[in-house]
Amino acid sequence: MRNLQDIFIITRRQILLLVRVPEVLIFSTIQPVMFVLLFRFVFGGSIDTGQPGGYVQLLMPGIFVQTVAFTLAGTASGLAEDMKKGLIDRFRSLPISRSALIIGRTLGDSLLNIVVLTVMGITGYIVGWRPTGGVGNMLLGFLFLLLFGYALSWVGVLVGLSAKDARVVQNVSFIVTFPLTFLSNAFAPTTGMPRALQYFAEWNPVSTMVAGCRSLFGLETEFGATAGSFPSEYPLITSLAYMVILMAIFIPLSARKYARAAN
Amino acid sequence: MKSIIAEDLVKTYDKGAVRALDHLSLDVEEGTVLGVLGPNGAGKTTTVRILATLLNPDSGRAIVGGIDVIKHPEKVREVIGLSGQYAAVDEILTGWDNLVMFGQLYHLGKKQAVARAEELLEQFSLTESARRPIKTYSGGMRRRLDLAASLIVKPKVLFLDEPTTGLDPRGRQEMWGVIQELVKGGVTLLLTTQYLEEADQLADEIAVIDHGKVIARGTSDALKKQVGGERLQIVVEQSHIAQTLEIVSRVSKNPATLDEGMRLISAPVSTGSAALIEALRELDGAGIHPLDVSLKRPSLDDVFMSLTGHVAEELKEEAKK
Repeated sequence: MRNLQDIFIITRRQILLLVRVPEVLIFSTIQPVMFVLLFRFVFGGSIDTGQPGGYVQLLMPGIFVQTVAFTLAGTASGLAEDMKKGLIDRFRSLPISRSALIIGRTLGDSLLNIVVLTVMGITGYIVGWRPTGGVGNMLLGFLFLLLFGYALSWVGVLVGLSAKDARVVQNVSFIVTFPLTFLSNAFAPTTGMPRALQYFAEWNPVSTMVAGCRSLFGLETEFGATAGSFPSEYPLITSLAYMVILMAIFIPLSARKYARAAN
Repeated sequence: MKSIIAEDLVKTYDKGAVRALDHLSLDVEEGTVLGVLGPNGAGKTTTVRILATLLNPDSGRAIVGGIDVIKHPEKVREVIGLSGQYAAVDEILTGWDNLVMFGQLYHLGKKQAVARAEELLEQFSLTESARRPIKTYSGGMRRRLDLAASLIVKPKVLFLDEPTTGLDPRGRQEMWGVIQELVKGGVTLLLTTQYLEEADQLADEIAVIDHGKVIARGTSDALKKQVGGERLQIVVEQSHIAQTLEIVSRVSKNPATLDEGMRLISAPVSTGSAALIEALRELDGAGIHPLDVSLKRPSLDDVFMSLTGHVAEELKEEAKK
């Protein structure tokens, strides 16, 4: 009970930080919105998808996944910043459970995702995105996206606690996240890639997430996945498995790192 | 009763390559102030971090407020307050936000947390800036807020790690005043510092540490006596060095030393300004006009020189990682 309260207080701190410095919220929303608009109007006209509704239907799930993938960077740089300022030490000297701080933070970062995803969804709608899988499936799709962001947030905890400098954290996170989102089916079909990259792209969790969301948002044919492989046949199950594996590995690792932070 | 006991603490980093603490032992009597004095890298922060449950030693034992730090860290956290070298408060949040948040994390309940926050803001003269983000605070204000945050539950034992490092003289004076008030309240305080003067002002007893060991311990007066009081320092023209050495040695009744590059002649004196005047009179009589004259009070460097025989060098930055 006390533990829940502590988590709640830390999560509230995350929200308070966003309220006090609205720029963070504004810029973490502008970037994905910009991506939606750029991709929709720059590539949208020249990519023939054979889908009713055009490229934007395929694009939106891709950008949603890319955006939540950046949660990793957000959590990591926030924690690295707190470490540098000695705040982590202060929290660790308080009579609160050591898990409360990191759970509170990962939850706070997920709340930010809810806001960002909502704004993106509205922007998408304005430029022609129409999910057709029904409200229930659409909400399930967003739930998947939030969970994916949450799982990656735990990777971010480990990165943030291990790093010595917040700027390095940003760079490392981008180096990890960018190839993952581009070596996938998020923006273009994987069938045009060299064979070896195709395998990678198929099994890439970003691809399975994108494919899963596309089906939940009502797209019938998968865009550019090599037909017949397990991840492209069962993208949601594969994605779920990835998230479970990520959390099973990174929650204990991060918790251990935090307990011994700066040891 | 002893409120803090550290016994034989050993802590190494980089697989034993860096020995931060080398069988360090110290203790603090309840309600008194121990000043832990030493240069950067001597092991001050490591000691505080171990006692405040942030770090486990490789070996040794530590008891704070009667509780074993290694076996029951969660219980120790209930009775201690810690204020570190860097003001560990949330810069984006206001002073009020910070104190209320920490109060709630000490499980005070919202109302009590607010009441305590306001009380502390008042006590530390921060009420006016309570609603401003910390990043607009001066260095001294930040430190005061940080200290306030460590006092939320009226800790029995307080650790202050270099509370005035980086503050300007005024900020330092203010901080000293605040700490002296606290000590009157009966808290047991362990304070680390690089400044002899600070330990002098605030501590009942001083432990000098170097290379992870306590190398001297006692009251400020006792330590100063050990260092040998003040030093007379005179800078002269090259051609007058030999003669000046002779005069200074005679006045000091100790052999004077010479720093050739600086043309600085110095020697310990026990009679303070009287020795200074006597030396100047003799120099004047010999037709020597010194370029610079000073009477230097013992500094941390001198304590180190005399206790260890080496200058307080900047060691590796106190390993935080």
